[in-house]
Amino acid sequence: MADLSVRFAGIESPNPFWLASGPPTNTGAQIERAFAAGWGGAVWKTLGNPIVNTSSRLAAVEFGGSRLAGLNNIELITDRPLADNLREIADVKRRWPDRAVVVSLMFDTRAEWNDILRRCEDTGCDGVELNFGCPHGMCERGMGSAVGQEPNVLRELVSWVAESTSLPILAKLTPNVTDIREPARAAREGGAHAISLINTVQSVIGVDLDRLVPFPRVGDASTHGGYCGPAVKPIALRMVADLARDAGVGLPISGIGGIATWRDAAEFLALGASTVQVCTAVMHHGFRIVEDLIAGLSDYLDARGLVRVSELTGAAVPAYRDWGDLDLNYRIVAEIHEDRCIGCQLCWVACHDGAHQCIHLPGEEARAGHVAPAAARAAARAHSAPAHAPYRVPWVDETECVGCNLCALVCPVDGCITMEERRGPERPETWNDRVRAGRANPPGGLRDLD
Amino acid sequence: MSGPYAVPSDRLERRFQEKNPPLAPGAARREAERCLYCADAPCITACPTRIDVPTFIKRIASGHLRGAARTILEANVLGATCARVCPVEVLCEGACVWVREDRPAIAIGRLQRYALDEGAAPGLLPKAPASGKSVGLVGAGPASLACAGRLALHGHSAVLYEKRSLPGGLATTGVAPYKFRTEDALREVDFVRSLGVTIRTGVTIGEDLAADELLATHEAVFLGPGLGPDSRLGIPGEDGPGVVGAVEWIERMKNGEGGSLENVERALIVGGGNTAVDAARALRGLGVPSVQFAYRRSEHEMKAYDHELWAAKQEGAVVLDRTAVAEVLRRGGSASAVRLVHTDRDGKPTSREIATIPMDLVILAIGQARLTELVRRFPGVELDGRGRIVADPVTGRTGNPRVFAGGDARNGGKEVVNAVAEGQAAADAIDSMLREES
Repeated sequence: MADLSVRFAGIESPNPFWLASGPPTNTGAQIERAFAAGWGGAVWKTLGNPIVNTSSRLAAVEFGGSRLAGLNNIELITDRPLADNLREIADVKRRWPDRAVVVSLMFDTRAEWNDILRRCEDTGCDGVELNFGCPHGMCERGMGSAVGQEPNVLRELVSWVAESTSLPILAKLTPNVTDIREPARAAREGGAHAISLINTVQSVIGVDLDRLVPFPRVGDASTHGGYCGPAVKPIALRMVADLARDAGVGLPISGIGGIATWRDAAEFLALGASTVQVCTAVMHHGFRIVEDLIAGLSDYLDARGLVRVSELTGAAVPAYRDWGDLDLNYRIVAEIHEDRCIGCQLCWVACHDGAHQCIHLPGEEARAGHVAPAAARAAARAHSAPAHAPYRVPWVDETECVGCNLCALVCPVDGCITMEERRGPERPETWNDRVRAGRANPPGGLRDLD
Repeated sequence: MSGPYAVPSDRLERRFQEKNPPLAPGAARREAERCLYCADAPCITACPTRIDVPTFIKRIASGHLRGAARTILEANVLGATCARVCPVEVLCEGACVWVREDRPAIAIGRLQRYALDEGAAPGLLPKAPASGKSVGLVGAGPASLACAGRLALHGHSAVLYEKRSLPGGLATTGVAPYKFRTEDALREVDFVRSLGVTIRTGVTIGEDLAADELLATHEAVFLGPGLGPDSRLGIPGEDGPGVVGAVEWIERMKNGEGGSLENVERALIVGGGNTAVDAARALRGLGVPSVQFAYRRSEHEMKAYDHELWAAKQEGAVVLDRTAVAEVLRRGGSASAVRLVHTDRDGKPTSREIATIPMDLVILAIGQARLTELVRRFPGVELDGRGRIVADPVTGRTGNPRVFAGGDARNGGKEVVNAVAEGQAAADAIDSMLREES
């Protein structure tokens, strides 16, 4: 069985699965239950000076039967006294010495930072995570994402922390920026030992159409919140990968954003994360999901012959490139497998209205000279089908197909539409190759107009 | 009940639970989200009234229940009845593409009921200005109700003449009680009345009102009288207590006051169609211990839907195939036994005896007579060799250009939804005719 243990910015953890700072890490009792379930680490709910929360605080996007496809919150940092939090942190670490206990922090003045860091060191915690991500409420007071969006401020703040503690420092970044590499580089320059990302995405999740008030409703009004859950995973993966391949960052990454299954976690690891943090999936299903994360990742590593989980970290980064480095001569076309097709014709309508008009219905004729291997069969079947059970399997004009994938994506049946390689005589050539060869501009542009 | 029609509360029908109770809102929305929204969807083609199923289901999913109800009713004014009584297994749901992926078909019937229960509201359907023309309709079953409802929406006045005291036809008298109760059928009648249709019950054409008078009163006439009494076997001992026609028995079970099967231990259904199966399932549901079919051909030739016959057998009914009843024996006037004989290759009774078995109730489900006498009162209207009204397959127009027809009297006995489709098509044709004339 593969070794799942990690050493992340100097912090030891029996597996790469940590709880992200949030409602599941609000109390010592919760975190102890999580550790009992198998979580390798936890980032404590952000400590700061006392706040007051609203009621309500959460709202969700339901999509295709999934209740929390996306979750939005307007909750602030911990609403419990610092003394209680610090005492529980010390208790948890003492009882679970092999687990990673990281404390999330959000303070204002340098004196406050110095004070809390000393108190954190006294708890025996493994490290601190600086909350530069919270995009609602706290940012209006100049903290959270307000810092994450100003690289110079962020750099200085990290340097204060680095000067006053020897604990490992994780800088947690907001995705609500134009270029995620700028705050990450600033964090490194300030002395951070690792980056965690993403924090939540600024969002208005919906509107109550009866009251004409956005969600989540607080009396007769609402505000923007932070968006998380499965819906944000693609945004998070892209930012993790951008940092993983950036030489100016060069820090270990704790990946966060919509992780719910071992498969999600493996994707974050492959794109450069060394640990992952989970919050929404635990809010939905509880701490028990860590069993699936551990067993699934372990079996996956075994199946690929990987001995340590660290071998997966970054394994897909070399394949994450700029568009200009993709092979323009690579070609695939759609193939509809008649034996699997149920005849919904969603591929036809999607291609016809939303793509490149290369999928046709049985009964339509193939254009002369076009490659359409299934057209004749479809015509014959359509002709001989009984009236009560018409033949409904569409066919593909390969000459017209651009290999966009849309038909395969909308098809409700696994394996019914596959994308098949059609290798031509051309050698691989990227856009950047063309630019270098002076052939960057295909005909049809402004210069070809009279 | 809001309408003027009342049925006794103490009826055998009320002992049944609904087979498909209403969907809860969450369940309906989830089921609606499962719909693929197929292009040129096969479920539409499979519906005789061509309800745009994916559109109404998408509207349920997006919480637009009023729109969902409108989509259904624009295609089928008796959508609430059809949602409950249609054999969806062989129509829309049978055509659902999910079945080919070995997944359950979308519950179209139950979603249709949900949309109409929750979304139907007064004034939902647009109504044309009054034309001043009127149409008389013979019978108040599904064909006539659908025709009249559509005519009212076209702006014409529609008057239904019904010989019974309760309107609704077979929807009121003949649907299996676990699918559709009389209260629901009468509620549907009230909906059609709310569109501006007039119903006159207790009027028999040819007795209370002459056909000529009907033709003179209205610009057009629609014939939707349905079928006549249950057919008889013509065997010794058939007449008297303990032998009853299936349609008559089902009507009494659904709408008659009281009713009891206390002394019935053994019942025999003669026939193999859907009416026979409805009777058998109702008898088992009412607790009759032994329910058997006597069918003259082999079991696989029974005309009932496979899913219905399967359900009847699951519920304990037994099929005696290649079997005919040669005689009903009586004791003290009541039926006490039947003498069963083998049939030949053509399904005809032979003299080869099987057995004489005790029997308390014999139900004859071997077809219904045609109302040929009524039809012949309308000059120019012709009947085919099987007693069915001859009419244009699209418009329902008969040999008399002012007389149209639909439903069982024209098609020989099909589903409610076929009657609705024929009635509505006739209404559209009548509307075109009346507009050309004005």
